[in-house]
This record gives sequence, structure tokens and C-alpha cells, in this order.
Amino acid sequence: MKTKMPNYVSTTNACKLCKPMGATLAFRGIECSVPFLHGSQGCATYMRRYIISHFNEPMDIASSSLGEKHAIFGGGPNLKQGLKNVTEKFHPKLIGIASTCLTETIGDDLPMLLHEYREMTKGNQDAPILVPVSTPSYSGTHMEGFHAAVRAVVGALTEVSAERTNNIAIIPGFLSPEDIRHIKDISSRYNVPFTILPDISDTLDGPALLEYEKIPHGGTEIPSIKKLGSAAAAIEFGWTIDNIDSAGLLLKEKFGVPHRRLGLPIGLRETDVFFQTLQDLTGLDTPAVYENQRGRFIDSLADGHKYVFGKRAIVYGEEDLVVGLTSFLAEIGVRPVLCASGGKSGRFEHAVKSVCEGLVPEIPQIHEGMDFYEIEKLAEDLEPDILIGHSKGYHLARKRNIPIVRVGFPIHDRIGGQRILHIGYQGAQNLFDCIANALLEKKQNDSETGYSYM
Amino acid sequence: MQKNVLEERQNQVIRKEEGANLKISCDKESTAGAVSQRACVFCGSRVVLYPIADALHLVHGPIGCAVYTWDIRGALSSGPELHRLSFSTDLQERDVIFGGEKKLAAALDELIDRHKPKAAFVYSTCIVGIIGDDLEAVCKKVSEEKKIPVLPVKSEGFKGNKREGYRAACNAMFRLVGTGDTTGIPEKSINILGDFNLAGEIWMIREMYEKIGVHIVANITGDGRVEHIKRAHGASLNVVQCSGATMGLADMMKKEYGIPAIRVSYFGIEDMAESIYAVADYFKDDEMMRKARQVVKGELSIIYPKIQEYRKALSGKKAAIYVGGAFKAFSLVKAFRLLGMDVVMVGSQTGTESEYRELQEITDPGTIIVDDSNPLELSSFLQEKNVDIFVGGVKERPIAYKLGVAFCDHNHERKEALAGFIGMLNFAREVYSSVMSPVWRFMPRSEAHNED
Repeated sequence: MKTKMPNYVSTTNACKLCKPMGATLAFRGIECSVPFLHGSQGCATYMRRYIISHFNEPMDIASSSLGEKHAIFGGGPNLKQGLKNVTEKFHPKLIGIASTCLTETIGDDLPMLLHEYREMTKGNQDAPILVPVSTPSYSGTHMEGFHAAVRAVVGALTEVSAERTNNIAIIPGFLSPEDIRHIKDISSRYNVPFTILPDISDTLDGPALLEYEKIPHGGTEIPSIKKLGSAAAAIEFGWTIDNIDSAGLLLKEKFGVPHRRLGLPIGLRETDVFFQTLQDLTGLDTPAVYENQRGRFIDSLADGHKYVFGKRAIVYGEEDLVVGLTSFLAEIGVRPVLCASGGKSGRFEHAVKSVCEGLVPEIPQIHEGMDFYEIEKLAEDLEPDILIGHSKGYHLARKRNIPIVRVGFPIHDRIGGQRILHIGYQGAQNLFDCIANALLEKKQNDSETGYSYM
Repeated sequence: MQKNVLEERQNQVIRKEEGANLKISCDKESTAGAVSQRACVFCGSRVVLYPIADALHLVHGPIGCAVYTWDIRGALSSGPELHRLSFSTDLQERDVIFGGEKKLAAALDELIDRHKPKAAFVYSTCIVGIIGDDLEAVCKKVSEEKKIPVLPVKSEGFKGNKREGYRAACNAMFRLVGTGDTTGIPEKSINILGDFNLAGEIWMIREMYEKIGVHIVANITGDGRVEHIKRAHGASLNVVQCSGATMGLADMMKKEYGIPAIRVSYFGIEDMAESIYAVADYFKDDEMMRKARQVVKGELSIIYPKIQEYRKALSGKKAAIYVGGAFKAFSLVKAFRLLGMDVVMVGSQTGTESEYRELQEITDPGTIIVDDSNPLELSSFLQEKNVDIFVGGVKERPIAYKLGVAFCDHNHERKEALAGFIGMLNFAREVYSSVMSPVWRFMPRSEAHNED
């Protein structure tokens, strides 16, 4: 069943964020780096506020703070002054500079301006690496911005290497710090070195401190990024990444690094594929600890399957996250009835269909480029039992009096968004428990007796 | 040369000296690369107009500006809640190349038919200023077709800071004022300007004024309505809170309609009481003044004993303040003083020279006063002064928490009313419940302190 959506001109309550925001998040995952927006001051401040409200961590984003005269005569002088000030105050190893709709439209040529700045500061030992990325907010979403920034980092840093090492690169995309910690944990149990790019596990979820860190510690180490050209393989998560934004494909094309594209390892099958890939690449079996997690997860499916079976779910958010979640829901017997994203990769529908194959009685409605007004309209006929996505779906859940399981980004109305585990068998376990319990809680609260056993 | 302060910003930070009147540099563009806590023109306009609950607020631009301001303020409405939705034209590359006017007109057409708002505000964002869409013409045309006011808000982000945004918002509202029928408005009537009804604050304030016999024509803009703003020129007096946000509108109303304005603040006991007395005083009405005294006395008798209890626990603790407008900082300095606390740092994003002068007058020697600060400076001030609580907004919060310092949210999305008499009590409780939490003793800061 596929409902034709009316073609609305306006957007109401968007289900996407803007492109430069994604770039700043990716740059935050590089060791000792400062994200920098070439544009007006407001962009940086709005994004910081939005990101801080989710992670509850400092998120400094510098800005060239363009004013009216710069918009007319060009933002070059402010950009250079901003880079100088950031260098002086933060002593970064890298500054990741994302453009905005303002600077793209006035025609500022970032690579050229940075070239001039490098010439100006030639010989300066402390000069940081400057990585520009073009992220006009009028094309694509924060996810395109995120991927483009990762690709830009590889493009700027990675060096040609004569040898091929046993190093494995993982390009995870935008996952939670907890997810990245889990990947690090997994990779530490194999006998080869891994490079995870980018790595926000510490930079966006660090400990309380005695001294304020100008730049939070952690992130992917720059020497490791430089050496990625010699990697044995690059595993890149995400079916919907555009080729021109793919860091994994750049490694393949430019350095001949074998490329393995996987889905986000959410749920059983996609996680199996991930571990199988690791096994193929390292020759090692899945470590016992994960086999055990897998076993316990499957055991719990038997315990809890009845409480979730046939429940109708609306899943929304970033395209690849929705694909992964849908795959998982199909496995546990929940019926995804609508898979929606604000993104428009053109690959979403195919990806969702392939993970549903053979497990769901009916392929869900799959819509790209959606906002919450449209999701809400569709929900009227779909009669969902549960919503799964970020916290901006709360209004809809409240309106329909159904539970919402908060995953992904942003989560602005609860604490702990940075600590949600989505991936691996352990992540599947976490999601399963949350979803089953949300449905149980709803049933219990709605019951007249308020029973004590399931 | 002050450590952790950029050379360009050295004269934007001062430390109060007894008897001296130090000059602080302020009211200028943010330094590039300084990681200012400031937002933009659009932000200024959006926050001021946001609480007008029966208007359509359409952001004309790429998606970011609209999505980052979706349901961003805790501005409550007693009726319609159209203001809580985030509308955007979501401009795409082709719109940027060929112009966004058609898309804007179509979006307005669609949204006005769908929601039947009483008016529409159309916000320009950075890009609209560059591609040169004629908002004025589009709004005029749609307004004629739909028979509602459709008002352009000239809020291109790069055209200054929040203050310019306030001005743009006031200009847009001023086009509404004077278009409504003022029959039946009593002489002793006011407009409340500059309260945004966060956590229902304006309802408490209205109640106080109503108790002393004052009629309220329009809330500008907390729990605001288009029809009320249209007839706001029928009020005898504008009662204006806050430094920049709505003063511009009051000035224009004074010039055009001869309506005088008084400035008040609803934060803190003294200021709140003064806000009531000032209105009674303006109308030169003995009965009103008698009632005003009664109201203040009644409220104080409820909250004062409780505040004394908090004061006992909090006395001598050190507080730091960093807020948007300096006017709010005055009230916070006084509020902390009422709790027996010492303010050791105070700053704002957009204070003016006279406001910083006033801050110097009311603070103790050694207090750091800072304009348009940033996380590196603020964190170093917190450490230098070893503060017990920091009060600010969302962007300041993680700085405090990372260092193990208590924090009080004084932001736009807060859920606790901090205005009015009861607001002072809430503020005391907020400060108390953060400062007195046992969690701080486990922070590296206290552990290091204990080892000394």
C-alpha cells in the first residue's frame, strides 16, 4: 500500500536539520579540532544550543561572525581573523571549516581563501591543518553535511602509502557516543588495529573535570587518519550515503582501500553482517562475549515476543537510522507501518524494502523528504501503537496517546541521549527492552485493574 | 593583559574598582573566532514575536533557521498554540538561483488556508537578504488576498546582533498597532510589554495589576493576540520590561500616539513591588496605591519567611551571572543579594554602556563585568572566582556542570516561573536545589579541594 502524498509547498516541523550542523558534529570527532562555520554568528550559536541540549556537553563552534559589510564585500577578512583567533586561543591541530548558505550565496571561495591564509601564516610551526567543506544549507540535510565533512577530512589528511597494512577503518556515520564506545570495545578484541572515523565517544561525552578543556580530549587521531591510505579495508555504515559524500569510496578510489558498505549494525541481521565482515577481514571468529550477547538477545526475544507482536510502529529520522531500526523491528515482530525521513537520498525506499524482505506481512509506507505535518497526516489512517525516533516526535505521540521510544538525535526532553546504545547485539537488546517495556507500560497504565504481572 | 581573553576583547572585560568608573567596550560586532554566545538578528526577532499565539510565523529561508527555533521557548498560551509550530519555506538550491518569491507566496497561501491565523509574520533569513526576494511585495499581495495582515520581518541574520532583531520585530508589530477598534477601553489601562509568559509569568503579573484595578489591553508579547496588539494604542500607559526587546515599540507608540512608557522589572521582590507601585503612582490614584500596598504586603507575607530559610543555607555563597540582556542582570544581582549571596561575575551578550555603568554601581569591588563573552573566558572566570552557582542559559550550562559548579537555568525554555513574587521564591528554590545537592562533593573540584 502506498499513499500518494499531496505535494505541500511549505514545511511544518521539519524532520531534518541543516547541512553545516552535521559537518560540525563530524569535525568534533577529530582529535584536537575546532569546528568553524563561515557565516553569520547566529548559525554557530543555534547549532551549539541544539547540540548542547542533547549531549549536555560543551560544544564550541567558532564563527567568522559576518556582518552586513562582509556580506557585500566578502567574508575573507573575517574568516582569516577568526582562524587566527581560534589558533591563538584553542591551539587546535585541525580546524574544520564548513560554509553556510550565506557564504555560499555571496560566492566566497573557501579553498582559495584558505590558500591565502596558509600563505600568510607560512612557517608558523603551530599552524593547524585547515579542512574546508562545502555545506550550503539549501541542499541536503545534516547527514549529507556529516558525511561530506568526514570525506573532506580524508581528502585533506590521508596520504598515499606504498604498503598495505592490516589496519581496518570503520566509518560509522553519526552514531551516539555510546555506540562508538561499543565499536571501540568490539575492535579492541581483534588482533588488528582499527581506526574509527570520526570518534565522538569522548569529545561529546566526557567526564567531569577539574580544569576546563579548551578542546575536549579524544577524537580520531590525526596520524591514524593520515595512514588510512594503507588500510586493509574500510567498513562504512549506511546504505543511503551519496557516492560524492562517501569517505569510504574516496579511500577506495584514491588509495585502493577495499570498501565494504554495510547498514548500521542495528538488530540481529545487520549486526551479524558486521561481525561476519570482521571475521572475513581478520580471520577471527566473533569473540565469545558477543556470541553470548547474541544468545541472550535471542533468548529475550522468546521471552518478550508476545508483547510486541503485530504492534504498528512509525519510525522516523535520519534515513540510515530508520533503515536500521526498521530492520530490527521487522525481526522482532513489530509491524513498521511508516518509515519516514526528512532526507532525500533517493536510496531510502530500496534500503527499507530490502531489510523488510520476507519478515513483514506488508511493506510499510516509505517516504523521503517528509516533515512532521505529513507524518501526522499519515498517522491518522495508520493507527500506530508506538513511535520510534528522536524526541521531536513527542508532540505526535502525545496527541495520539501512544508511547514514544526515543532514539538517535536529538533527544531534548530526556537526559542521557549520548548514552543510548543502538548498535550491536547489546544495542538490539537495549532497544528491545525499551520497546517491549514501553508497550507494557502503556497497557498497564490503560488497564482498569493495574495488574502486577505481565 | 588578561589571561584567556583575546587581545581584541581585552577592553570588554573589567574588574570593578571602588570609586572608579571604568569604561567597558560594548555594543559592537562579535569578534570572529571568539565563539560568542550571541545569536543573530533573526533570533532577536523570533524570540520577541514568538509568543503571539494566533499568528502564523513563517521563516523564509533554508530549513536550519526554522528547525532550530521550533517550540524553543516556554511561552505559554491560554488559547491557540499556532506559535509552537515551526513553519519554513525550506529554500532549495533552485529557489536560491531563481528566487524564492513564488515559493513564499504559495507557502503563505497554503498555510493561511490551513490554519486561518489572525496575522502572519514572515521572517527573512540571511539568504533572503542576498538573493533579494521582495518580501514587502509578496506580503502585501497575500495580505490583500487573504484579508489578514501579512507582515515582513526584516531579520536577515548578518545585519547585526539580537538588538537589530528586536527592532525589526517592533517595526513589524508597530504596523499592527493602530488598526484595531479602541472603544470601551477604560482610562486606567496599560499594555504589558517585554514579558513573554515563560512558565505562565504574565498571568501572575496580569493578576497583580488587575487586583489594583488596572485594565490590560495587550500582552506584548507573552500569551499575545493579534487583535489585542491592534488596539494597543488605546491604552494609557506602556509598562515595559527588559532593556531592548520591546522598548523600540514603546518609543514608536509614544511618538505616534503619545502613550508614555515606564520601565519595570518583574524579577526580584524589590523590582516586582516597584513595578506595581509605579503603575499606581502613574495613575495618581490613592485607592489604587492602597490596593497595591495590600497586594505587595500579602504576597510578601507568604514568601518572605520561606526565603529567609533559603537565605540561611545560601548566605555567603558565590554566584556568577551571564545572560542575554544586561537589564535581567540587574535584577539577578539584587535577587542574589536578597539571598545573602555574593555576585563575583556578571556579564551579558548585548549590554549597553549605560547598563554596564549601572552594573558597576551595584556590584562589589573585584566583580568581573564582561560583555559578549565566550566559553573559554566564562570557564576561566568560574575557576578564578571559585563560584558556587552560575546562572545563565542553555549554552552556559555545560560549562558549569563540566567543572562541577551548580547552575540555575534562566533561559527561554525554563519550566519554573521566575518572575513575580512567587518567582523570587522559585528562584531561591532553584538556586538552593542546585547548590545544596550532594553531587558536588564527588566532583573533581571538591575532591581536589579536600585533598589540600
